[in-house]
Amino acid sequence: MKTGIKIGALMLFVSGMYYLFYHLAVGQNLGVMAPKGQLATEEWMLILIATLLMLFVVLPVIGMSYLFAWRYRAENTKAIYTPEWSHSVLLETICWGIPIVIIIILGTITWTSSHELDPYKELVSTVPPITIQVIALDWKWLFIYPKEGIATVNYLEFPEHTPINFQITADAPMNSFWIPQLGGQIYAMPGMRTLLHLVADEVGNYPGSSANFSGDGFSEMKFIAHSVSRSDYDTWVVNTQHNNRELNSEEYTRLALPSTSTPISYYSHVEPTLYESVIMKYMLPPSSMNSHIKSVSDTHGMNIRESIPTTEVQGKEGMLIERM
Amino acid sequence: MNLFGKLTAAAFPQEPIIIVATLFMVAIIFSIAILLTVKKRWTWLWSEWLTSVDHKKIGVMYIIFAFVMLVRGFIDALMMRGQLAMSVGDNHGFLPPDHYDQIFTAHGVIMIFFVAMPLMFGLINIATPLLIGARDVAFPFLNNLSLWLSVVGALLLNLSLSVGEFARTGWLAYPPLSELAYSPGVGVDYYIWSIQIAGIGTLLSGINFIVTILKMRAKGMTLTRIPVFVWTTLCSMILVVVSFPILTVTLALLFLDRYYGMHFFTADFGGNPMMYVNLIWAWGHPEVYILILPAFGIFSEVVPVFARKKLFGYTTMIWATIAITFLSFVVWVHHFFTMGAGANVNAFFGIMTMIIAIPTGVKVFNWLFTMYRGRITFTTPMLWTMGFLSTFTFGGMTGVLLAIPAADFQLHNSLFLIAHFHNTIIGGVVFGYFAGLTYWFPKIMGFRLNEKYGARAFWCWIIGFFTAFIPLYIVGLMGMTRRLNHYEVASGWHPFLVVSAIGAVIIGVGILFQFIQIYVSIRDRKHTLDNTGDPWDGRTLEWSTSSPPPFYNFAHLPTVHGRQPYWDTKYGEGAVPQRAHYEDIHMPKNTPIGVLIAGFALVLCFSIVWHITWLIPVSLVGIVGAVMARSFDHETEYVVRVKEITEIEGRRHK
Repeated sequence: MKTGIKIGALMLFVSGMYYLFYHLAVGQNLGVMAPKGQLATEEWMLILIATLLMLFVVLPVIGMSYLFAWRYRAENTKAIYTPEWSHSVLLETICWGIPIVIIIILGTITWTSSHELDPYKELVSTVPPITIQVIALDWKWLFIYPKEGIATVNYLEFPEHTPINFQITADAPMNSFWIPQLGGQIYAMPGMRTLLHLVADEVGNYPGSSANFSGDGFSEMKFIAHSVSRSDYDTWVVNTQHNNRELNSEEYTRLALPSTSTPISYYSHVEPTLYESVIMKYMLPPSSMNSHIKSVSDTHGMNIRESIPTTEVQGKEGMLIERM
Repeated sequence: MNLFGKLTAAAFPQEPIIIVATLFMVAIIFSIAILLTVKKRWTWLWSEWLTSVDHKKIGVMYIIFAFVMLVRGFIDALMMRGQLAMSVGDNHGFLPPDHYDQIFTAHGVIMIFFVAMPLMFGLINIATPLLIGARDVAFPFLNNLSLWLSVVGALLLNLSLSVGEFARTGWLAYPPLSELAYSPGVGVDYYIWSIQIAGIGTLLSGINFIVTILKMRAKGMTLTRIPVFVWTTLCSMILVVVSFPILTVTLALLFLDRYYGMHFFTADFGGNPMMYVNLIWAWGHPEVYILILPAFGIFSEVVPVFARKKLFGYTTMIWATIAITFLSFVVWVHHFFTMGAGANVNAFFGIMTMIIAIPTGVKVFNWLFTMYRGRITFTTPMLWTMGFLSTFTFGGMTGVLLAIPAADFQLHNSLFLIAHFHNTIIGGVVFGYFAGLTYWFPKIMGFRLNEKYGARAFWCWIIGFFTAFIPLYIVGLMGMTRRLNHYEVASGWHPFLVVSAIGAVIIGVGILFQFIQIYVSIRDRKHTLDNTGDPWDGRTLEWSTSSPPPFYNFAHLPTVHGRQPYWDTKYGEGAVPQRAHYEDIHMPKNTPIGVLIAGFALVLCFSIVWHITWLIPVSLVGIVGAVMARSFDHETEYVVRVKEITEIEGRRHK
């Protein structure tokens, strides 16, 4: 009887939680669970299929553990008791067999999905893709549209149904570029370029953020990915091109200084080599060593203490900055 | 040359929260000191405990240490949950980012290095020599030293709370964020040295227990007869010995970057931050199995005893353990599929990861079939086991999900990931160690733990766990990333994070019940005294000696004829041990050298952290001197005479 009450309370707790969470989630942005792009949709399907497959084993196991615990409780003297039984070839074959079968199925799914949903793979589409260069800065996102010659901060706009080729890097500690409703994330690393191919299936505002901790201002490192119609996008590009704000090396150096909650801003002209030089400055040969560390450290000037090895910081104003 | 290096008055606490925490710590230390003085217990503490080389006492000290740090780590957790329950929209909570970032870093480091590891070593210390019928570990002095090196690591970490700061990088301190360019303060240095010193202690323990298990087993205890817990410990310790040097070297390279301007992991000058990420996980993934394998072993000891039935599939269990041991070294890339390594690499590591689910699944089935047709009594260890079976399988499932690279791109670094690893670490490691703790407690203390409070603690833990972490799975899927300290109302995460904070409080009540349980059990110990040495009707050798065991464990070293040596002695074909004749026993002497070396190590690390250059060679000389003193000491053992043994044994058998 007492056990009955306990089981009842437990069921009540579980169903209460389920109802509560369902109620709380309705009407909210469901992120990964509400995909709006091809990649995100396929990834979410993959998550669901894999979960269902595993539940076929997990649920019976949990059920068996409760069933056995109940059936073979010490008070139940009617149950069969075999204290010495400890080996059965059949059962042990099943013990190994079931997980092996499930893992073979999942392994196959893993292999194919890893290739099909490879974020580096270009999406197949009749619409020509748009290239957007992404630079993670302390603590904001800079998006450069190289062909259009424009750039934005903490705001992305692109047409629906158009594949976007993101080229991602960082001029800051490692971040991760993530728009949950459009598809999975990829690291943004200084001195490296990673790729991500996304497409939006409909018009909408999709929140994006950094998924990898990068320092004190990390929490505010958010942006909006705005998917619009083709004509709206074209108008937006033209408007942005006319707003007469240039992203040259001075402006970039200023922008790259650590700052939080940076407002959305737009640039009409971008130095064509900016993105490459941001990557390449981490590849500079040792001859330009002095100037270089200065430039990296300088962006963090506010934190700099005397602990930096002195011989290296004493360089002159960076060659890098001159180059840009 | 500055006498105090970088240490200035600015390093001491200024924020109210930190001042209070510092005062609290100082108050506790003072009250303990006063208590010891009043009760005149300093000598007792020093000669009976701190300098002890007895594995049982070292085990107890490890466990006390782990619980103290559990409180600290859990307060960190409460603060994080509290911050996230508040910090929405215009409200920025009560923790500024620079403080919050230290807290989540410290929480991770503390819970893994200074709670889970000491709990594990505590239980291994207590149980392993008794389970294999040995009188101590292979290197008793080293065992003492390992304990104190771990304690020094924790002391250093706690010191950073009051003097300076701790790392604000996340618990694995990925560069380039952890490099000087982005983390110029002493936080990362504290991080490096607190882990380095504890890591050396761990490595020494690893060697110690491998040798103990391989060389000191009782007569007749072949490798196919040793208890499963000992097997899993052996595999776990092999993982320690293979993986901890990787950690040590990786952190040493980071140290060289920070102190000598080298460029192993900097973003520039040919440094490769992703190399650090690879190396740290080449240690970090095996580390997870270092923790979980002994927990698996505990369940394999607990289930047969409380189901009153032989363990199902002993050989299978051993092979599954060995398989996990090997596989744990070929899966590390699954921690950073998002690096962009390409589909083939990712798919390989994804599939290797899933393959680990096979031996793990087999183990679960074996525990189930051990319960099948048994006679199960639901004591607290069994409750933890039941909690484990349902929680861990769920966590395993989300783990396999994360192992699919294409799914991981959407789940990585989100709170889904956080929920997953807490699901396996709490549901697997923590529940396992708590089961082991309740199971072996009467052996060490001589009385059982209170069952009622044990059950209450269990229910709070498991209900609290699900209340705290199911919402995190959900917000993770909604796109919430880890390590945020503030978010917008529009995200819709707020109510979930409030529920999660409530869950954390419920777990807190569970921890409170555990402390009450210990208090009540000591108070009522007369009713739960274990005079037989065998309170659970056990099967393995530790139950054949008295509770608590004499300091030499066994008056006669046992001879083993099967997998359940003590069960066979009681009920089966095993021979009844002869009583009559005792022999002199050689036992190791207590030594202060371990505490001394650790003390110098603390000074050494502190002076490196603060660049107090003159103190570094001084403390190094201290360490070397102490080691030399120990090396020239030939009187490290003493003889326990037959007379004393007869007396002690006589008391037990009267």
